[in-house]
Amino acid sequence: MSEPASTRAPVLVLAVGNPSRGDDALGPELAARLEAVALPGVEVIVEFQLQVENALDLVGRERVIFVDAGTGTPAPFDLRRAAPAADFLHTSHALSPEAVLATYERISAKTAPEAWVLCVRGEAFELGEGLSEAASRHLEAAWQQLRQLA
Amino acid sequence: MSTMPLESAAHPEQLRRVVIEPLSRVEGHGKVTLLMDEDDHVQQARLHIVEFRAFEKFIQGRPYWEVPVMVQRLCGICPVSHHLAACKALDQVVGATTLTPTAEKIRRLMHYGQILQSHALHFFHLSSPDLLFGFDSDVARRNIVGVAAAYPDVARQGVLLRKYGQEVIRHTAGKRIHGTGSVPGGVNKSLTAAERDELQKDIYQIIAWSRDAVRLVRQLFEQDLETYRSFGTFEARTLSLVRADGAMDLYHGGLRAQHADGSTIFDHVDYGHYWEQISEEVKAWSYMKFPYLTALGHEDGWYRVGPLTRVTRCDFIPTPLADRERREFLAFDDGRAARSTLGFHWARMIEMLHSAEAIKDLLHDDDLLGHDLMASGPRQARGVGVIEAPRGTLIHHYRVDENDQVARANLIVSTTHNNHAMNIAIREVARKYLDGRKLTEGLLNHIEVAVRAFDPCLSCATHAMGKMPLDVQLVDAEGAVVDSLVRGSN
Repeated sequence: MSEPASTRAPVLVLAVGNPSRGDDALGPELAARLEAVALPGVEVIVEFQLQVENALDLVGRERVIFVDAGTGTPAPFDLRRAAPAADFLHTSHALSPEAVLATYERISAKTAPEAWVLCVRGEAFELGEGLSEAASRHLEAAWQQLRQLA
Repeated sequence: MSTMPLESAAHPEQLRRVVIEPLSRVEGHGKVTLLMDEDDHVQQARLHIVEFRAFEKFIQGRPYWEVPVMVQRLCGICPVSHHLAACKALDQVVGATTLTPTAEKIRRLMHYGQILQSHALHFFHLSSPDLLFGFDSDVARRNIVGVAAAYPDVARQGVLLRKYGQEVIRHTAGKRIHGTGSVPGGVNKSLTAAERDELQKDIYQIIAWSRDAVRLVRQLFEQDLETYRSFGTFEARTLSLVRADGAMDLYHGGLRAQHADGSTIFDHVDYGHYWEQISEEVKAWSYMKFPYLTALGHEDGWYRVGPLTRVTRCDFIPTPLADRERREFLAFDDGRAARSTLGFHWARMIEMLHSAEAIKDLLHDDDLLGHDLMASGPRQARGVGVIEAPRGTLIHHYRVDENDQVARANLIVSTTHNNHAMNIAIREVARKYLDGRKLTEGLLNHIEVAVRAFDPCLSCATHAMGKMPLDVQLVDAEGAVVDSLVRGSN
């Protein structure tokens, strides 16, 4: 019921956030930049939040990079490896990258692809607001990092 | 201001406060406060939800044609419902009193895809951990990954059901999120034959899995009948849309309100003047309004919306498999399952089956491939759109000025309709399970099980990492934190 793994780009960038919620737009903003440069072998998907079906987006990938805004994240961003984890600590309406990886392994019986989380520090998440000044600076730093990673 | 049993304690300053904030596995931010006396008896139980009036301000001043896309950013879980409710309201503004057959069927297909994916998500991933393992089972296992480990087929089917619904949305709305398929007056694309064929390929499997899901809920009821029939259960008046012939219609119809015994309060009312039937009360302790049926007043007029209401209060479901399941549900346990709060889950799976059948029927209708997409007529200043969203009746109401800008917007979402009913449910659970007992995580989870049955959508469509912890605090009468438990944040 999903796209054949052989036709998929080996690298997936899964960006998360709501562009109308202030600094929550960091993920979609980085995704838009990445789509604009159209790197070969890289697919970009934007979601409001991670969900169970995103586990199916991991099929056939060599590497996945989750990009999201974060609160309390070290500025300008935090980059870490992610491993599958039965992480129940989040609402199922919004899974963590680790839970998506774990769901992938459970339903596919395969080892999850190499996974990274690029978490960019946000400051304000009010509806209808644009990026804060600080988040705009963090965005530039995170963009350089994302280019290296993707 | 009305006061229900356990809504307000007589001497709150002398009581111990327990706060469950935010609720886990409920989108956005909700909080439950319990006031306990020194013998651990519950004296007050309240569910607080942050209302999203800010969204209405967000929309004001925007050109009306932007609204169907903008409102999808209100909610990460049911954007399609807002998309369609907004379009139905704005159809009236552009004078499109009747859509073309292709436009209406494309919208219906999109809507059934939304119902299917939302109900699958709710049942398989939010509620099945509680239902399959028990409300106070090992908390480390009580999550979707635990379900995947113990019930791999159930978990996989849940993922694929949800994925299929998302694919229906992608083909009809044009994109996975922020779709633009529906526009005031119609739609901007129909299906290609290739898109239709792709969706047809899997629909019979989707129907089969949906039937299995209905049976799974029935088995859960059969295995623990006493708990399922009584958990958080109460008598409620109801509100829903029904088709002119009384059939379930999740896309369009007239308003039907009934007393708990099924007798009519009003029926087939044109929702274009909903404010003549529904009023909204403000309570000092909650940001969220409490709607009520005007004719019954604010004390008696509260009501319940959503799958349980729709399945039990329609005259029939217009697809055969779902209607047969509806009749079995109504008859089960002498009708008690159909009156129980956990009956929401059974009703939700019946609606998922109905949606799958409706999708199948639409995919065999050549109107989906048509090219007559738009209708129009004399411009109007006001429009009201009502739809039965996954969680219940959703009302969008707009006034558009001569510059084509939204001058006023009013949204009443299903979680607001159910505000009072959810408060009643948690008081019933608090009274039965928590009263006089030492509180544990498992007991507190009973409160969340009751809330989750309603599937409230708290519409906080921002999910930055670190914003979703579950924080349970015990606070003494002086306000000092005696103990706390943070389940964690990402």
